[in-house]
Amino acid sequence: MIYNEEYETLPREALEALQLKRLQSQIERIYARVPYYRAKMDEAGVAPGDVKTLADISKLPFTTKEDLRKNYPFGLFTVPLERVVRIHASSGTTGQPTVVGYTKRDIGIWAELMARCLTAAGATQQDIIHNAYGYGLFTGGLGAHYGAETLGATVVPVSGGNTKRQIMLMRDFRSTVLLCTPSYALNLAEAMVDMGMDPKEMALKVGVFGAEPWSENMREEIEKQLGIKAIDIYGLSEIIGPGVAIECVEEQHGLHIMEDHFLPEIVHPETFEPMPLGEKGELVFTTLTKEAFPLIRYRTKDFSRLITAPCSCARTFYRMEKITGRSDDMLIIRGVNVFPSQIEHVLISIEGVEPHYQIIVQREGTLDTMEVQVEVSDSIFSDEVKTLEGLTKKIQNEIKDLLGVSCKVKLVEPKSIQRSEGKAKRVIDKRKI
Amino acid sequence: MKVEQIAIFLENRSGRLAEITGILAAKGINIRAMSLADTSDFGILRLIVNDTENARKVLKEKGFTVGTTSVVVVEVQDKPGGLANVLQIIKKAELNIEYMYAFTQKSGETGLIIFRFEKIDAAIDVLVQAGIRLLSGEEVYAI
Repeated sequence: MIYNEEYETLPREALEALQLKRLQSQIERIYARVPYYRAKMDEAGVAPGDVKTLADISKLPFTTKEDLRKNYPFGLFTVPLERVVRIHASSGTTGQPTVVGYTKRDIGIWAELMARCLTAAGATQQDIIHNAYGYGLFTGGLGAHYGAETLGATVVPVSGGNTKRQIMLMRDFRSTVLLCTPSYALNLAEAMVDMGMDPKEMALKVGVFGAEPWSENMREEIEKQLGIKAIDIYGLSEIIGPGVAIECVEEQHGLHIMEDHFLPEIVHPETFEPMPLGEKGELVFTTLTKEAFPLIRYRTKDFSRLITAPCSCARTFYRMEKITGRSDDMLIIRGVNVFPSQIEHVLISIEGVEPHYQIIVQREGTLDTMEVQVEVSDSIFSDEVKTLEGLTKKIQNEIKDLLGVSCKVKLVEPKSIQRSEGKAKRVIDKRKI
Repeated sequence: MKVEQIAIFLENRSGRLAEITGILAAKGINIRAMSLADTSDFGILRLIVNDTENARKVLKEKGFTVGTTSVVVVEVQDKPGGLANVLQIIKKAELNIEYMYAFTQKSGETGLIIFRFEKIDAAIDVLVQAGIRLLSGEEVYAI
């Protein structure tokens, strides 16, 4: 099934003409309204009129998380705040959140894109959708919620946490569609077995999983344990939230990018030159229709490649391959973006704590765990256990406050964390994704 | 009446204790009393040695985190009720004990209890006034 047949199956030629038209007007608008972008374009010696073809987009400067940080919180909005009806935020690299805004029309488009995604996954208005993405500043919960309502399905806005109750509701409501992170899906399956239930006796038929990278192996595991189809969804709050790209249930191979609203590029991860179609590199997006918070050539730091071959589902949108890695040190832990610099920020703010630390990420069972190892210097050392335990608690709480994700803090002997020349190796990721 | 104690941070790894005692042995430093506080992740080794300053220095050179703290060493009769009497006095004076450990002397007639008090000066006053014998640093180091 296709939610918006007209746009999702638009012949490539017509689609590209539409993209160019939208791109040109978007760039004109941004240039006229955002001094920061105007200055960046002037500096690069490019004017809105220089974009005559889609390929001309490579003349425009990139936008990065750093640009968002500099313009915190609303500096890159192109409409006055009175037209902004919603704010979302995700974690930035230094503890300062990345803030995004939506007009009423943006919310409408986002809801349609999520409805398209759910339809691509096989959901219809007959379905009961169990939405276990977190509601709040995170785009996952509300984004999926509006999409499910737009589709006309029945949404259960259960949000995260309280796994036992989630399972009870899922069973009693006969929910058919599960929305959550892939690791939580496995966690649910495990908890069902612990509760003496057979996951396959649930009414679930499909799950739409995203917000963290996951492998084909994990897909197999989820499909086997829950007896459902597992569909990958991609999005990031800067671009719009979930709903930027979706796998179709027909192929489950590559995620169709909503190209009538977002223009994808793949660039070389070091030279940032455009890569030939089909080659692997860093994924870059330009929004084509966003009003409140449009972005030009936003570097996602995610690695992928574009699949241009026609798809059996009849959608003409190019597909992006499942994300295989990132070009920065951002970690995604239980759906939350974590930068080592944020942890460093917390440690430095606690008096006497030296910024010699290491982050160890593991997957225990089905859940990601993070351990922060901190070296004990003379200034924080005490001969009393309770003082040292108080210190680990304090660090743990402050990290939890800043990131919203809990971790274990382990004190280690000085010099036991390997010193490396040049860039310190801060993260040891033992997860097999 | 205060006695210097050194404390060393230890990760729960095999061989660490052997390493520390080896380092001290090589420098001819004698351990007078010791206790190890442990949690699931780390331990704190507390030592009273005959040469605090040198012990601290050599362990620091070897990369250990070392702290020094003052403790009180109390002499009690090595017989039933010996310790109970001292603890009664401490309780009446409402003094907080952070931790304590014990060792016996060669003579075998008295035991020595090491106390780490929250308020060490107040504790010393109370104990001295109650007629409890406290050992000086020199006495302990020379045992």
